[in-house]
Order: sequence, then structure tokens, then C-alpha cells
Amino acid sequence: MPIGWTDEQDGGTYRLKERDDEALFGYQVGPHSWKKYLHPPRRRLWQAEMRDNHMVIVDDEPDYPRYAFFGVRSCELNAITIQDTVFTSGPYVDIGYRERRKQAFIVVVNCVEAGGTCFCASMNTGPQAEQGFDLALTELLDPNQHYFVVDIGSKAGAAIIKQVPHQQAQEQEHMAAQQAVAQAARQMGRTLDTRDIKMLLYNKYEHPRWDEVARRCLSCTNCTLVCPTCFCVSIEEQTDLNGQTAERWQRWDSCFTADFSYIHGGSVRSSASSRYRQWLTHKLASWIDQFGTSGCVGCGRCITWCPVGIDLTEEVRALRDGEPRIGVAIPTLDAV
Amino acid sequence: MSTAVVDPMRSVVYEVQRIRKETSDTFTLELHSTNGSNDFPFAAGQFNMLYVFGVGEIPISISGDPSKHRSLIHTTRAVGLVTGAMRQLKRGDSIGVRGPFGSHWPVEHATGYDVVIVAGGLGLAPVRPALYHILHHREKYGNVVLLYGSRTPNDILFRREVEKWRARLDVDVHVTVDRAIHPWRGNVGVVTRMIPKAPFDPLNTVAFICGPEIMMRFTVLELQKRGVTTDKIFISMERNMKCAVGFCGHCQWGPNFVCKDGPVFDYASVKHFFEKREI
Ligand SMILES: Cc1cc2nc3c(=O)[nH]c(=O)nc-3n(C[C@H](O)[C@H](O)[C@H](O)COP(=O)(O)OP(=O)(O)OC[C@H]3O[C@@H](n4cnc5c(N)ncnc54)[C@H](O)[C@@H]3O)c2cc1C
Ligand code: SF4
Ligand code: SF4
Ligand code: FES
Repeated sequence: MPIGWTDEQDGGTYRLKERDDEALFGYQVGPHSWKKYLHPPRRRLWQAEMRDNHMVIVDDEPDYPRYAFFGVRSCELNAITIQDTVFTSGPYVDIGYRERRKQAFIVVVNCVEAGGTCFCASMNTGPQAEQGFDLALTELLDPNQHYFVVDIGSKAGAAIIKQVPHQQAQEQEHMAAQQAVAQAARQMGRTLDTRDIKMLLYNKYEHPRWDEVARRCLSCTNCTLVCPTCFCVSIEEQTDLNGQTAERWQRWDSCFTADFSYIHGGSVRSSASSRYRQWLTHKLASWIDQFGTSGCVGCGRCITWCPVGIDLTEEVRALRDGEPRIGVAIPTLDAV
Repeated sequence: MSTAVVDPMRSVVYEVQRIRKETSDTFTLELHSTNGSNDFPFAAGQFNMLYVFGVGEIPISISGDPSKHRSLIHTTRAVGLVTGAMRQLKRGDSIGVRGPFGSHWPVEHATGYDVVIVAGGLGLAPVRPALYHILHHREKYGNVVLLYGSRTPNDILFRREVEKWRARLDVDVHVTVDRAIHPWRGNVGVVTRMIPKAPFDPLNTVAFICGPEIMMRFTVLELQKRGVTTDKIFISMERNMKCAVGFCGHCQWGPNFVCKDGPVFDYASVKHFFEKREI
């Protein structure tokens, strides 16, 4: 975003606002995350050709661009680490992801202001990036000077810094950076109580709240598309008109569609409530069983970009104490 | 290519070697590799992703004998787009194969036990490899019981083979149909009805169940009624699958990925999810 502009975020709201300083990174995360580079929305896996009635698989020339990501927030860095686990830690490896990731150069910008839908402090994913970056900047604006405190996280990062005018940070500047980030931690627009969250959700499969949220949810899939950890894809077949070549395309998919769980005879999750339940339970509970961490980094995107402002922190609160958010009567009884 | 790991999403081309029509809508394909290396080790209960050119890719269990690596056998019911196109394939046609994937029937852990196999409809295909294995090592198991339910007598899968198993003295085979058609003289009714009288020792039994979810649900109940414990009951699950390797997310079932944690699960560990709807 240009100097002098920032954003204001809340459930279902994203507005630009002027700011009266010269901050370069004076804004929060937008709808796009780095996911679109490492795990592209559409990608051809391979092609097949018919030659004399025999199928031949044609591999694409490997083409792995070298990316430098500039301005990665701590929550997003954590999201990248989560996707690393999904795609590269199992017995099977997504080779494209691994190659793009291996070469990526990451410059973090620690947050000194938190947005209205942020809750990384609750998820232990920010606002300060702890590791996994090449460089981490903290932007400081005081009446006398505008400067960055830089943490060096790798040899590649150190090599870059050598070429940039810099000076050794003083104790006082370190302190200022820490205080600025701590300030952001206190400003989180949202909070999520993660105590025993896995069992909380596993035990609430039959809670009436799911039907209540489903009455508002449009199954539009926005939340999954903006989420930096959501990884689900579908694979589609594309053929040319004369039927001689076929291409296998991978594209982002979403558990909010009925098709997603289709098996012969119908969808497993045919109701919107079961789909919202799947999404939230996956993010906050089953992800822990599957990959050892939460699937949510508290970036707040799904709250901001939900057209009807559904807020997962609110939903968890409602599941926890059975309190309805809006004027709908909900029994407090746990149906489980 | 320089990468050490093979791309798990890439198919290998096989050729249809033999086609057998099993029932009006079900057929068995025997596949051979096109690069000469006809060796395809797999464990009973595992599946492959089969790709039909220009149409798509679907999960199909391997229904052949795991001791015979040389022929790769799948039995499929034509129900839709890809399976329908697969039915049109002829001898010599190409097909893409990825696999084998997933968990398997615990035939090794079942040694020393009575084994009860309960199959419904097409569910006989994914458990057939387990039965082959058990029959090859018959002396290692106690009683072996196959309970098989099919819609009508015409839908009985692997009919001649089932007759052969039935003729053996060391296996108890019981077949039932939902709807009898002349000249059927066998059992009529759901497969679960045969459980109370089946000859096995409940405290010393391992059960393999494969069929529609509703059938598996009632089978588990009947087995439990006889005293079989849930950790000795195994089921095979079906979910939409686009990748089979844990990347696409489609097959999720609670914390499980059916493609890599399943399709075969011990009932005790999935009970919580199996008993709920729309998970
Ligand atoms: C582990 C596993 C093993 C299987 N083994 C066998 C087998 O041995 N024999 C057999 O006949 N069938 C088996 N199935 C079911 C088989 O995969 C489906 O019948 C097949 O995918 C239907 O595809 P279609 O394109 O013909 O149907 P359509 O109705 O046109 O389906 C469209 C798409 O939905 C998905 N889909 C539909 N039904 C299923 C389903 N039941 N399971 C998973 N995805 C589905 C597929 O992606 C399919 O391409 C198995 C499924 C799984 C998960
Ligand atoms: S679930 Fe929402 S808050 Fe959590 S990481 Fe995804 S988009 Fe961000
Ligand atoms: S929760 Fe909101 S963003 Fe997500 S699918 Fe429902 S309406 Fe769309
Ligand atoms: S089939 Fe893709 S994750 Fe299981």
C-alpha cells in the first residue's frame, strides 16, 4: 500500500483510510496471502497424449521460480510453516511446493499495529516473528527518525544486509522495537480462547450452534480461499477438441461446496451446517491430530472477507458457553 | 529430473490385458504394465488411482491375489462418468495407474484368530485379496467365515469363485440376497441376519467388514452383540478422493485422511466419527 494509507478491518469490512504519517508498512494483511505463490490457485500437473491409440504421459519442464517475499507478517510465516508440514512432511511430497519453498527468500515485517480482526497473539503466531525468516524488519517512526530494526535470520539475509547501508542497533533501538511489537500484541482486535480447544470441538459435533451459523453462511468459500493455511484442491481434466491431448489441472477447492464430499449417491456433507462444522473443526481441532499444530494462525482474513461477517472467534465462544450472539434462542444444553 | 522423490501425482501407463464381465454393471480389468516390469506388490485392502484418458481419475481397490504381483486386478461397478468410461475400455487400451495407496486388512495380526469376513454388494471386491491371503495360509487361522449379501442373485459377484469357496470344507460361506429371483433357493434377507448363527468364537475373532456404510453399521452392532470387541473389528471406508496422498483434503473424515490413514480402520479408533452423520 502507498505511504499515507492504511486499512480498517472488521467482520465483513475492509476499508482504506488515510494515515497521517510516513509509515511504509502501516497496514495489515489483505485478502491475498503468499499461498498463491507457493501453492498456486491453478497449476497443471501433467498432460497425456494419445499416440497411435496409446497413452503417453507428458511431464512439463520443471519451472520453479525463485521468489523473494517482502513484507511477510508473522502470522503468514507461521502459515507457510504449516503448509510446509502438509506438503513436505509426510511419506508423499508435493515436489512443486517443495522446490518453490526451498528457494524462497523471506523478509518479515513485524507488526507494530494490529488490525480489527487480528488474533495472532491468541494463536501464538505473532506479532513478533521468532524464526524461519531471512530478515525480519521492525518499522519505527518516532518524531526524530524513521528507521528499521533488522533481525538477521540466515546467511542469505546477512549477505543482503551487507549491501544495504546500516549500523549496529543500539540497546535503546532494540527496546523500542520490542515495545512497538508488544503494543501490537495488546491491540488485537479479536481473541480466541484455545484452552482444550481440540476436545471442545470434538465434543460439540451435535451442538445447535452449527445450524444457527449455517443460516447465515452463504457457502461462498471466501473464507477458505483467503485463509493462508487452507490447502484443499481439486483435480480437473481438460481435453482438446480432437481428443488427442488431456491435461490434469489442480485448482484450489473448498470444503464449503457440496461437491467436495460427493460420493456416488450424494454428498457426505449435504447440509451447510455440516460444512461449516467441518471447516472450523478442521482448522482448530483435527488439524492438531493431523499435523501437530492448529490450522489457524489468527490472521483474521476469514472474518474480514466473509460477506456476512461470520467470525470464528465468536463461533468458538458460542460453542464454549452456549451463548447466542444474535437474537436467536439456542438451548445451552450440550447435545453430545 | 533431479528430484529424488517421484511425483506421487503422476500416473504410470498400463494396458488392459483382460476384461471380465462380472454382473450387468460390474466388470474386472486385468492390467499389465507397458514398460515390461510387471511387478506390483500390494497389501490386501489397498487401492489404486485409475485414470481414464480424457475423463478423470478415481480410487478403485485392488481385487486380485496379493501373492501374485504380476497381474493387477480391479473390479469396478459402472456408476458414473469415469467408471462408465472405464467400462468402454477394450483389450490393449491404455489406463493410468498410481498406487498402491492406503492401509490394509490386518491379515498378519489376525493369525491365530477366527476370521469373519462380512461383505455387502461390491464390498466383496476389496476383501477378496484378504480372503486369498487367508486361504493361502489357511493353517494359521481358526475358523474362516464369509458372509456375503447381494441385492439379487444376479448381482452376486465372483459367482463361480464363491461357489468354489463354498465347496471347501475349511471355509464357511453363507450368501444371502435382498430380493430373491427364481430359481434362487438360498437365504433371503440382510447379511447381518447371518451373524448370530455364524460359527466363530466371539472372544477370539477378527472381523473384516466391507460394504455400504449402513450395512457396516448394523454389522458392527450384531458383532458386538455376540461379544466381538471393537478393536477386533475392521471396516473399509469410502470418501471422495482426488489425490490419495493427503494433499487434496477431500477424503477427510474427522482427523483421518481416508486415503492415507485408511481406507481400512479398526473400529475402536474411529467409533466416535462413524456413529455421527455428515462428518
Ligand atoms: C478407497 C476406495 C476404494 C474403492 N474401491 C472401489 C472398487 O473396488 N470398485 C468400485 O466399483 N468402486 C470403488 N470405489 C468407488 C469408486 O471410486 C466410485 O464409484 C467412483 O469414483 C465413481 O466415479 P464416477 O466418475 O464413475 O462417478 P460419478 O458419479 O460421475 O462421480 C463423479 C466424481 O465423484 C467422485 N466419486 C463418486 N463416487 C465416489 C465414491 N464412491 N468414492 C469416491 N469418490 C467418488 C469421483 O471423483 C468421481 O469422479 C472406491 C472408492 C474408494 C474411496
Ligand atoms: S482460519 Fe481465518 S484467522 Fe485462521 S488462519 Fe485461516 S483465515 Fe486466518
Ligand atoms: S463462513 Fe462466510 S466466507 Fe466462509 S463460506 Fe460461509 S459466508 Fe462464505
Ligand atoms: S484423497 Fe486427497 S487427501 Fe485423501
